Amino acid sequence: MSEQPGSKSTAEKPNLSLENERTEDAQIPKTRAQLASENAKTVKKLVFVVIGMLGFSFALVPLYDVFCDLTGINGKPSNEAAVYESVVIDESRTIKVEFITRTHSGMAWEFSAQTAEIRLHPGEMGEVEFYVRNPTEHDIIAQAIPSISPGIAALYVNKTECFCFKHQPLKAGEEAIMPMKFYVDPQLPKEFTFFTLQYTLYDISATVQPAVVAMDNG
Amino acid sequence: MSTETLNDAHDSPDGHDAHHDHHIPKGILRWLFTTNHKDIGTLYLWFAFIMFLIGGAMAMVIRAELFQPGLQIVDPHFFNQMTTVHGLIMVFGAVMPAFTGLANWMIPMMIGAPDMALPRMNNWSFYILPFAFIILLSSLFMDGGGPAFGWTFYAPLSTQYSGDSTALFVFSVHIMGISSIMGAINVVVTILNMRAPGMTYMKMPLFVWTWLITAFLLIAVMPVLAGAVTMVLTDKFFGTSFFNAAGGGDPVMFQHIFWFFGHPEVYIMILPAFGIISAIVPTFSRKRLFGYASMVYATASIALLSFIVWAHHMFTTGMPVAAEMFFMFATMLISVPTGVKVFNWVATMWRGSLTFEVPMMFAIAFIVLFTIGGLSGLMLAITPADFQYHDTYFVVAHFHYVLVTGALFSIMAAVYYWLPKWTGKMFDITLGKWHFWCSLISVNVLFFPMHFVGLAGMPRRIPDYALQFADFNKWISIGGFAFGLSQLIFLALIIKACRKIGEPVSDQVWEGAEGLEWEVPSPAPYHTFSTPPLIK
Repeated sequence: MSEQPGSKSTAEKPNLSLENERTEDAQIPKTRAQLASENAKTVKKLVFVVIGMLGFSFALVPLYDVFCDLTGINGKPSNEAAVYESVVIDESRTIKVEFITRTHSGMAWEFSAQTAEIRLHPGEMGEVEFYVRNPTEHDIIAQAIPSISPGIAALYVNKTECFCFKHQPLKAGEEAIMPMKFYVDPQLPKEFTFFTLQYTLYDISATVQPAVVAMDNG
Repeated sequence: MSTETLNDAHDSPDGHDAHHDHHIPKGILRWLFTTNHKDIGTLYLWFAFIMFLIGGAMAMVIRAELFQPGLQIVDPHFFNQMTTVHGLIMVFGAVMPAFTGLANWMIPMMIGAPDMALPRMNNWSFYILPFAFIILLSSLFMDGGGPAFGWTFYAPLSTQYSGDSTALFVFSVHIMGISSIMGAINVVVTILNMRAPGMTYMKMPLFVWTWLITAFLLIAVMPVLAGAVTMVLTDKFFGTSFFNAAGGGDPVMFQHIFWFFGHPEVYIMILPAFGIISAIVPTFSRKRLFGYASMVYATASIALLSFIVWAHHMFTTGMPVAAEMFFMFATMLISVPTGVKVFNWVATMWRGSLTFEVPMMFAIAFIVLFTIGGLSGLMLAITPADFQYHDTYFVVAHFHYVLVTGALFSIMAAVYYWLPKWTGKMFDITLGKWHFWCSLISVNVLFFPMHFVGLAGMPRRIPDYALQFADFNKWISIGGFAFGLSQLIFLALIIKACRKIGEPVSDQVWEGAEGLEWEVPSPAPYHTFSTPPLIK
């Protein structure tokens, strides 16, 4: 960026000292040195903006998560275990919670909820078990990702225990029952009478244990 | 604006500047090492034209495949590469470099500056561009083909289901971004610091104003695009999880980041067009531009609003109602300043002494057809309606009306308007009129029926379609081929003009033209305003 505007033409055009012939006008043209220093200053400012905006684009990643955690608009429930404090159980209403399971494309596990839906009062503990089986011939590490619809309800789901909090390894041919315990916050707005909790299982063996996977497949 | 050129290059009695003209380097090295804003403008314009023809050839492949239902000419994966690379080439290779070329040529002449502020960087920002597109185009010949995920490269399409050529795509977008940012910095510095004495901000021609605001938009959002492609690169090749749900990321976040760049980007491609139309309409109406100040404020408010409407591209991703309402109303708000502009152009023509030279014909076509594109945009802004229109040919019709009959027609209008100033000779008017009428008719045969098939539910980016869309698609393809062929008339006209065939023109060229660029000789000498003009 170390530009010297017109340094070549200065040598060629000695008659271009701009100070002459400007008597009637108060607006005196800038000298080349003035112009060069002004340009350098402006460039510096603009380069800061460029670097700042590049930083901003990466800052959007944590900002997005913070924004979604605060507002719950993308249906992601908290990824940390909640502590069940003696919550007042709101027996005046019953919430229906439906469970959907799916595996990401290419993930061969069998995965299902033992109960398709449960009904509970806000504040009451609920427990659901999920069944998984690895029918393949190699070990796989899975990660379950929850999603709640409608999204706002995610703010009011408190899980005290969930298989989605950690990786789930299964050896070839193994099966398992994975528990999930949760309660619905009594603050849940009245318009919600039911919501759906979906789990998607992803195969993350390659990212968690690349060396082991490479050996298995090799 | 009344201006007077003092001691202009060619009026100089001692012949010093004539001597200077002899120093224009000759041959290929002139073009390689040039730091002259006019040379670099010419390079940009030719580059954009070549890219326009390449991107256009890809559109011909798309339309040939869609001429009738079924898969007959190309396989779907190649079709996807064509839609993707067509979009990338037209946006980053044709429209944006064409505007940058016009900026290079015209801004120094319009503000009375001898050159751009940073001439050597100017050379760089052009010469990295061909490499970006060589990388992108060569990826089409790789095993597995080039990028096929659409020009919007949504994750996880681009991060999990794409080929190895994604790396080449990312690097080429990085280079395009660096080129645009350098070009934009140059424009801002030139306009802020290099104006002739007396050229106050509110005396600047609107082309300069719109480009100043466009350059700020570029500086603000091109780094965000760079960030987005970098995240795609690391997600795909280095195991990060920005957009990978399994690793705690979120694919919807990609769309937020991309459209935070993408929406200002669409204004980057239209604001300079507004400046061009605001130059041409007054000339051939022989009136001053109606509402100059309101044009400036409208441009600035469009630019500011463009940062808070991005999610209208994402209504169907499942946003809360409050957010959908916000983005719907913010988007509709943009039609107010845009309406101000259209009103001002029409008011400029009102009771003017209109003549219909080729640039004016393109400018009027722009006003009418861009407004059609704007109105279909307003329809798309209505959230509940968008659920039907989303990802259909209605969207394709919308953005081609604003980009082809909008941005592209304005670029053609600009070329016709300033070409005689560049070459010193009037272009072949008969060819120009043929080019205009063929383009006007074929472009509407091409894009107007897309509204109908879109509303009827034909999805975009799919190489096959249901039988009921067959008739319309046949006509769309015929329009497409005709529009493609019409551009060869333009190519012939430009080649003829570059060989300096035609009647010599006066310095003013057009009877009603006003502004500093019309006070330098035709053709514009290699160096203009080496001594600043006096602006009253």
